[in-house]
Amino acid sequence: MKSFFTPHRIILLAIAGALVAIIATTMRWDWLPNYYGDLLAGVWITLVMLVSTCILGMLLAVPLGLIQVTGPKLPALLCKGFCTIIRGTPLLLQLWLIYYGVGSLFPQVPEIRNSMLWPYLREAWPYGVLALTVSFAGYEGEVMRGAFAGVPHGELEAARAYGMGRFTMVRRIWLPRALHRALPTLTGEVVLQLKSTPLLATITVVDLYAVVSKIRQETYIVYEPMLLLALIYLCLTGILVVTFRYFENKIPTRDV
Amino acid sequence: MTALELLALSPPGWGGLLLKGLAMSLTVAFGGYFLGLLIGIGGSFGKLYGGPVMRDLLDVYTTVIRAIPELVLIVLLFYAGSDLVNRLLLLFGSRPIDINGLVAGIAVIGIVQGAYSTEVLRGAIKAINPGQIEAGRAYGMGPGLLLRRIILPAMLPHAIPGLSNLWLIATKDTALLAVVGFMELTLATRQAGGATKAYFLFFSTAGFLYLTVTLLSNVGIRMIERRACRGMPDVG
Amino acid sequence: MAKRVKQLFLMAVMIAFCAGTVSAADDTIRVGFAAEPYPPFTVPDASGNWTGWEVEIIDAVCQEAGLNCELAPTAWDGIIPALVSKKIDLIMGSLSITEERLKTIDFTDKYYNTPAYVVGNKNMAFAATPQGLKGKVLGVQTATTHAAYAEKHYKDTKVKQYPTQDEINQDLVSGRLDATQADSLAMAEFLESEEGRACCDLKGKAISDPAILGRGIGVGLRKGNEALKEKINAAIKGIREKGIYQEITQKYFKVDVYGD
Repeated sequence: MKSFFTPHRIILLAIAGALVAIIATTMRWDWLPNYYGDLLAGVWITLVMLVSTCILGMLLAVPLGLIQVTGPKLPALLCKGFCTIIRGTPLLLQLWLIYYGVGSLFPQVPEIRNSMLWPYLREAWPYGVLALTVSFAGYEGEVMRGAFAGVPHGELEAARAYGMGRFTMVRRIWLPRALHRALPTLTGEVVLQLKSTPLLATITVVDLYAVVSKIRQETYIVYEPMLLLALIYLCLTGILVVTFRYFENKIPTRDV
Repeated sequence: MTALELLALSPPGWGGLLLKGLAMSLTVAFGGYFLGLLIGIGGSFGKLYGGPVMRDLLDVYTTVIRAIPELVLIVLLFYAGSDLVNRLLLLFGSRPIDINGLVAGIAVIGIVQGAYSTEVLRGAIKAINPGQIEAGRAYGMGPGLLLRRIILPAMLPHAIPGLSNLWLIATKDTALLAVVGFMELTLATRQAGGATKAYFLFFSTAGFLYLTVTLLSNVGIRMIERRACRGMPDVG
Repeated sequence: MAKRVKQLFLMAVMIAFCAGTVSAADDTIRVGFAAEPYPPFTVPDASGNWTGWEVEIIDAVCQEAGLNCELAPTAWDGIIPALVSKKIDLIMGSLSITEERLKTIDFTDKYYNTPAYVVGNKNMAFAATPQGLKGKVLGVQTATTHAAYAEKHYKDTKVKQYPTQDEINQDLVSGRLDATQADSLAMAEFLESEEGRACCDLKGKAISDPAILGRGIGVGLRKGNEALKEKINAAIKGIREKGIYQEITQKYFKVDVYGD
């Protein structure tokens, strides 16, 4: 701690503190109490979207990566094609394609309205979850491919020598080792996923960005809501990074 | 109208508008990418050789920009940025200038890219064998000459994976400018889809165009990589 | 060495910045409107040109006032910030005159005034009232008087806010929405289109609330711009007196949209 608070740091921190004080006192913050509940709801939706799509995306990414490394030619090619297409097109485009493109097909298939799925197809969040999951899977599929390919062959051969079946080998050796190799990259990717969640506001999912947009429209204030938004995302990112770093340190390693 | 008629290059087909949007996207991507590189070179040097204050300020810059979603940054910089610039100019007594959309878009993408490329270039420069830089200094090379003949060529092979990734990110981030009304490919696609109701067709076409840009970029990057990494041991 | 690099880099940035920004002449008035299609007021065609009733009125008013106008399509939900931060000089994009907006910007006299219609799924029968819309899903465009109206009056309805009216119409057609409230002329245009006729019909006029729905559509400008405001007010009066307004209106609508 001693080396952190060197003289120039203290001066810079003081200047930053003064800036924050000026912003907090001179700018308009009177709208804050009215929207407190909305903001919390927005943060909750953002986090739910983030966690659910990351988990679902990883579930999809692991087979995508594995098949590219081990599998027969055709499935491997399909997986590679899928990852290339997802990584080669903007997420916003994918999102709008799924929401409006699929939506434009509904009038042509009237039976859909009577089906069980209709209440879900009417809502916006399933499309958001689908688009973000597919996007995450596309990027992580590539990361996992590199991770699976990078696990030293000796360990896999030792597993076969012990008579482990393919599934057991994947479950006990390959997957954990690959995940461990990929963990630093995955941290960055989860942060990137957090930064993709605001796009959901364009298809009417009421996440944090949508709430702040609403505040901007109802109050016509230009700077303050956006500053608060930036601050909240900064904090969320910080929490994510710290959490992941904690888990990284908990996994025992012998440097390979 | 059939799909081919809708995509025709001249009106009433919308193909021409889509291609114009693509040209805009690429212009902003190129401009923003190179502006980001310039900022990155300055930033990485500041972080490596600068004083403690410079290093801290640059740390704040890269951390803040990399922690806030691009969409939020684009909206903030687009509206607040031009307003701030005009206020600063008024403070200095000159007239407010009119920043056109293209310049604003390039500036925004450039500032965001700058933060990422600072980190990439910093890592790449650190990976250069220090002996080479010391030898350059021993020969009496000035800072400019050192930068041009030793540092930039030597760091290129280490920087290429990161920089090529940043280029692909730049081309895709231009899509976010659609949210601020800048006429690039994604907004043109939505307009075409909205006017003709053929959403699937136009969004798929736009996706195809973006994919083409990505694949061609990959080919180009591999060529640059082969040339920059000649003489170096093969990786993997 | 770092110092030299810093200086060179700062110089380069300054030059690039200045080169790119010294653009159009200062007497060009940039007129902002929504960048997304809003038939029949502002519609882009395949060559990127803008047409529509409002575009023609913009041309007529600018000509009458002797202003050098440039069309500046802007994202709707950022149009007032764009005006305030001087990216555009006027807003002529069907912006209603409301007390709330008058706190931030200024308005000229109105150039049209039409009521708000509620349009909904033709297979459902309900009235254009808060009770009629209870439990339904209503779509409104963000940053419009209709959004404010829905938030205030339709408390038992699920209100979804969209960036553009065009997307709301799409979701009405696909069945995701039960109803929408929007300007009567835009809704009339929608109901005349093929899918509008197939999916929806008019449920009625929204109950009047001038405090929220505003006193008509005016030209938005920054506060303190009295000279420009006078010029435009005179121009609006001028084109009505000379019959240009009626001529343009007859091309698009069967009624006089000026209102009372």
